[in-house]
Amino acid sequence: MTGEPMVRAEGVRKSFGRLEVLKGIDLEVAPGDVMCLLGPSGSGKSTFLRCVNHLEKINGGRLSVDGELVGYRAAGDTLHELREGEIARKRAEIGMVFQHFNLFANMTALENVTCAPIRVKRLGREAARARARAMLARVGLADKLDDYPAQLSGGQQQRVAIARALAMEPKLMLFDEPTSALDPELVGDVLGAMKQLASEGMTMMVVTHEIGFAREVADSVVFMDDGVVVEAGPPAEVLGNPREERTRAFLSKVL
Amino acid sequence: MSIEQDTAGAGRPESIRAVPVRHPGRWIAAAIVVVIAVAIVHSIASNPRFEWSVVGHYLFDERVLEGLRVTIELTVIAMAIGIVLGILLAVMRLSPNPLVSGGSWLYIWFLRATPVLVQLLFWYNIAALYPKIDLGIPFGPAFIHADANSLITPFTAAILALGLNEGAYMAEIVRAGIISVPEGQSDAARSLGMTRLQTMRLIVLPQAMRVIIPPTGNETISMLKTSSLASVIVVGELLYAAQNIYSVNFKTIQLLIVASIWYMVCTSLLYVGQYYLERYYGRGAAREQELTPLQRLRLIALPSRDAGAR
Ligand SMILES: Nc1ncnc2c1ncn2[C@@H]1O[C@H](COP(=O)(O)OP(=O)(O)O)[C@@H](O)[C@H]1O
Ligand SMILES: [Mg+2]
Repeated sequence: MTGEPMVRAEGVRKSFGRLEVLKGIDLEVAPGDVMCLLGPSGSGKSTFLRCVNHLEKINGGRLSVDGELVGYRAAGDTLHELREGEIARKRAEIGMVFQHFNLFANMTALENVTCAPIRVKRLGREAARARARAMLARVGLADKLDDYPAQLSGGQQQRVAIARALAMEPKLMLFDEPTSALDPELVGDVLGAMKQLASEGMTMMVVTHEIGFAREVADSVVFMDDGVVVEAGPPAEVLGNPREERTRAFLSKVL
Repeated sequence: MSIEQDTAGAGRPESIRAVPVRHPGRWIAAAIVVVIAVAIVHSIASNPRFEWSVVGHYLFDERVLEGLRVTIELTVIAMAIGIVLGILLAVMRLSPNPLVSGGSWLYIWFLRATPVLVQLLFWYNIAALYPKIDLGIPFGPAFIHADANSLITPFTAAILALGLNEGAYMAEIVRAGIISVPEGQSDAARSLGMTRLQTMRLIVLPQAMRVIIPPTGNETISMLKTSSLASVIVVGELLYAAQNIYSVNFKTIQLLIVASIWYMVCTSLLYVGQYYLERYYGRGAAREQELTPLQRLRLIALPSRDAGAR
């Protein structure tokens, strides 16, 4: 596995009908690294993350996670589409956190976290509960187990969502603007949980407008605009000394 | 202006004393309603032609109770068929395969475009179209041969007509419920590795229930009464039993009242069931759940014990 990137994209293209949203994305994320994706709204950041998790199907290029193609199996020169069950199994190894939390509204915090381990990983009920309690304690919510999402603040909901993804023991975590829907005073708790996760060695792709977080935590930063990667590199370069005019213009707006 | 927090119990602001607004209009309206109600009750109670003793005599008549049993059976079976079929049709309707969703659309359109009474008569007379019914592989060998007249009794004709018709209406209700669940819920479920079926069964349908239950309750209440149409094809349900009795003793009004009383009793029971179902599936929708009337009653009767448990 050494040298193999966790995520590799080569010329990834994606269209919705006649609208081309990704126009050939190239990037690599090494295992244990944190990559932050920046870019103006509509530049295709969410779409790219969804492609990595096969929530969207790509139209061109190659996209692989942990050395295996997303959505296909290569046999010699031909590609075979994966069955739904196989795709689901691969998704189970990738955690995803959404801008609007998307906690299951009909379940308590604890049930949100135990649901997939029990139903997808076939983990025993008690083992799943024990793991869920540990995950929720880790994000500072040990006392909110029996609350429904509607009874939690946005920051608490997002931390439950992180615990829910972590309970599947993913090898890769995708974050799509995890703090954009939060009140400013709640952002810190969520970023704190993410920083801790990064320090524990989780491979992460994070779409965010939190430049401070990117500067502090990211190993690499990618700036996207209009479906292409405009600039990529270590945070000190891309954020501190951008080469491209478009990057500079964007940074001056969010900073 | 600032609102004082009263956490320590000290410095509680005095409750407001003010002269409330008077509502003379409400008093007049209430008086009118009461007068009308008293007049109606008086006329019903004092009109000897109602013959309430006859109503009382037939209320628990064996034939009436048997009719009631058939009505409940018809309602339960037809609704069960309708709900299962409705879920199936709704999921088909949302399928990306145009033939599957088109088939579902066609079924729904066809059964909603004709009166249920006509469908009832159709099924009753199906033997004229298909005297023999074979169950088996289409265009292939059949496993069961049956004579339509013996297979389709009036009761099965009623079940088929009411159930298949209900399926079309339930499909629209279930579809509205499924659509009401935000797409982010299935995104999250699928990102956790759930299959489409698991996502539907564990995440989407339970949440859709909140939207599905109230109209389904209405459908059940309406089915209870629509099942009386089956009397036309000599199914021995409640109305048919009442008709049978008054065709002999001519106590028409009294027996119609008997039937109505039983319909009202069943409808009221369905109201209660619907209340608890809605409550169950409303979990997580509101921050606090209201107490049920029973819980409130207990709170009034045994205030100390419940307060201690909290
Ligand atoms: N399911 C979809 N169908 C059609 N267009 C879409 C869909 N999802 C995203 N788009 C379009 O793709 C473009 C990129 O969207 P998105 O990836 O959400 O951008 P970002 O996350 O960078 O703001 C936008 O123009 C958006 O309208
Ligand atoms: Mg986005």
